[in-house]
Amino acid sequence: MFYREAGQFKTSYRADEATFPILQDKIFVYAFLAVAFLVVPFFITDYSANAILVHFLVYALAAIGLNILTGYCGQVSLGTGGFMAVGAYATYKLSTEFPGLNLIVIVLLSGGITAFVGVMFGLPSLRIKGFYLAVATLAAQFFLVWLFNKVGWFFNYSPTGMIVAPPREVFGFLITGPEASPVVRYLFCLSIVTVAAIVAKNLVRGRLGRNWMAIRDMDIAAELIGIRPLQAKLSAFAVSSFYIGMAGSLYFAVWLGSAEPTEAFDIFQSFFVLFIVIIGGLGSILGSFLGAAFMVLVPITLKTIMVDGFGFAVGAAKHVEVMTLGALIIFFLIVEPHGLARLWAILKEKLRRWPFPY
Amino acid sequence: MRLKLLTKIMAVAAVATPLMTAAAEAYELVIPATVYRTGPYAPNGIPFANGYGDYFRMLNARDGGIEGVKIKYLECETAYNTKQGVECYENTKGEGPSGALAYQPLSTGITYQLIPKATNDKIPVFSMGYGRTSASNGKVFPYIFNFPATYWDQASVFVKYIGEKEGGMDKLKGKKIALVYHNSAYGKEPIRTLEELSKKHGFELQLLAVDHPGQEQKATWLQIRREKPDWTMMWGWGVMNQVAIKEAASIRYPMDRFIGVWWSGSENDVLPAGDAANGYLSGAFHAAGDNFRAHDDIKKHVYEKGNGGGDLDRVGEVLYNRGLVAAMWTAEAIRTGMRMHNTKEPKGEHVRDGFEALNVDAKRLAVLGLEGFTYPVKITCENHGGPGKVALQQWDAQSKTWSFVTDFYEPDRDVVGALKAEDSANYAKENNITPRACN
Repeated sequence: MFYREAGQFKTSYRADEATFPILQDKIFVYAFLAVAFLVVPFFITDYSANAILVHFLVYALAAIGLNILTGYCGQVSLGTGGFMAVGAYATYKLSTEFPGLNLIVIVLLSGGITAFVGVMFGLPSLRIKGFYLAVATLAAQFFLVWLFNKVGWFFNYSPTGMIVAPPREVFGFLITGPEASPVVRYLFCLSIVTVAAIVAKNLVRGRLGRNWMAIRDMDIAAELIGIRPLQAKLSAFAVSSFYIGMAGSLYFAVWLGSAEPTEAFDIFQSFFVLFIVIIGGLGSILGSFLGAAFMVLVPITLKTIMVDGFGFAVGAAKHVEVMTLGALIIFFLIVEPHGLARLWAILKEKLRRWPFPY
Repeated sequence: MRLKLLTKIMAVAAVATPLMTAAAEAYELVIPATVYRTGPYAPNGIPFANGYGDYFRMLNARDGGIEGVKIKYLECETAYNTKQGVECYENTKGEGPSGALAYQPLSTGITYQLIPKATNDKIPVFSMGYGRTSASNGKVFPYIFNFPATYWDQASVFVKYIGEKEGGMDKLKGKKIALVYHNSAYGKEPIRTLEELSKKHGFELQLLAVDHPGQEQKATWLQIRREKPDWTMMWGWGVMNQVAIKEAASIRYPMDRFIGVWWSGSENDVLPAGDAANGYLSGAFHAAGDNFRAHDDIKKHVYEKGNGGGDLDRVGEVLYNRGLVAAMWTAEAIRTGMRMHNTKEPKGEHVRDGFEALNVDAKRLAVLGLEGFTYPVKITCENHGGPGKVALQQWDAQSKTWSFVTDFYEPDRDVVGALKAEDSANYAKENNITPRACN
């Protein structure tokens, strides 16, 4: 009943090619964006911005990036942490070398630099596949983190190798640094993520996305129908790394404010984003958001309930939290191996037939 | 069916979340603690957290808090993870009417996070002997305190000790000193100081990095066996310490030539190596053991009532005492701030003033039941790093005790002072800070 598209006639090609062809979807997305842009900023606090919202947005962006590579193009990557580090260090170097540069430009340039590095590490994907490629990208992870830890130029020769984001403004609003208001930081991240998500949504529906999916489903068949694996795979690496680089940039500059390579960009970072993508749903932009929400919110909610609600000792609560999260991940993957995005699709289907399911 | 279950789970979560909102209550001194009782650094995080919390619990039970105002001690688990540290900080900083009064992050990464944030929120951060070393420059870092001594002080003291044992600083020429360090911001702290000192005294410095978490060190110690450095220093934390001492024992490295930073010198670190750890040295700025009156009070007022943070027989371990001394200085700073501003309702700013006017001399230590526990500390507006004195303690594997083998050394102020000035000036420049004037 709720999701019936009956009666929604498309009278032009333009309407047929819309990003969200079903009216309900369109209304839902617009309403969601309106709430995110117009309502949430009035209720935002330091806690909700730093601990939850910016945290969520950064990982959602990284997950979109990885989803393009792994979910749409089928190239397994464990180098996400390393690529985020490239974005973060690019941001650090650009903002300290060129203090006048607009932060939006810095974030985009950081994405661009990461895209270039991503393509370099994507070259082996033309020869190796599957698990072997995962190992090759793992090498990227370790090499990049090692590089940023080793070479003094990247961290301006500070004695500890720690990088600290200097205060930077966009249109007169302070975005990075401690004095930036949570509202501004949230809106900055939200704007970037929104634009990035819309672009990604359209990329994967277009020729490029279809090429990627053809490569994912069967690369030999894709080659036979005239898709060039070189372009398809490298473009996936480039676009994916661009997104991950931007995520790394926001992660360092807007969210954390300081970072050390061995801790902030370690292998767990790569796994974390991969978990988001798998739990959210491979090959789904919506899934990236759902997965990020799950992985970011569930631990915090569990902690809040256990420590503040029931007065658990913090150490015990942490152990229970880790176990519960693990159990939930397994539960969700058993119930729906295609991730939360698939659950959402099923829900839509049910709503469509409700109240007369068959 | 699946959907029903899901909606049920969601409903439970939605109902349970509002439980977090607490009711309003009387004015309390909120002291949050970002502890780590889980993860690879938990063996060190737990005793520190217990000592830190027990001291505040003791003050509450014995004196009714500080200056008659109750303390609300609040733990938040970080697992030594910076991202969870951010969540903890944001979650606790606005707690109660007082807000958080002081942070003791006990992690270099979280300290770096908090330096700009807490400064902006006007909450003092007491990174006791860790974090950013140049934060001891109070002109650039008004809200950060890292007394009583920094890693750079400590590195210079170790070199002094080595010089003394070799029979004079001029004898250091041509000697080989190795540094085994945790490959993170924390472990890298002493490198620049040691490089400067190696230039000054002419010893050869070897740097050996150990990656997080430090369980795999075979290659490092094979290298030490091959190169045979005359002395080895270690900047380790958590499981890395135990592994390093065991590895050193297995290559029969002389333990009395192996010096750990003060975070690498607790019972947890040496006990796994058994008798082989006998003679191992480490830096220290306070005594070990539970034979002080403050410990008796903790046992009487906290443990006898069953409120202790940990086990009674672990009261008085090195890291327990480290937590205790941190709590003592924090409590004294809060007390000083309350007296200075003549208020029973202090805020972060008042506590900061208290830190800046902190003067815990030998007399005050005696009143607190800690005579001879540590050295007198006096903080000023310029110097947030304290006297910088460090002694060496040695492990006796038979009696299973740590005891001081030296007096408190003065650091090499020429070298360390110049480096601090340079690094804090860099920070001020990068972040557009004008150093404030101190009169």
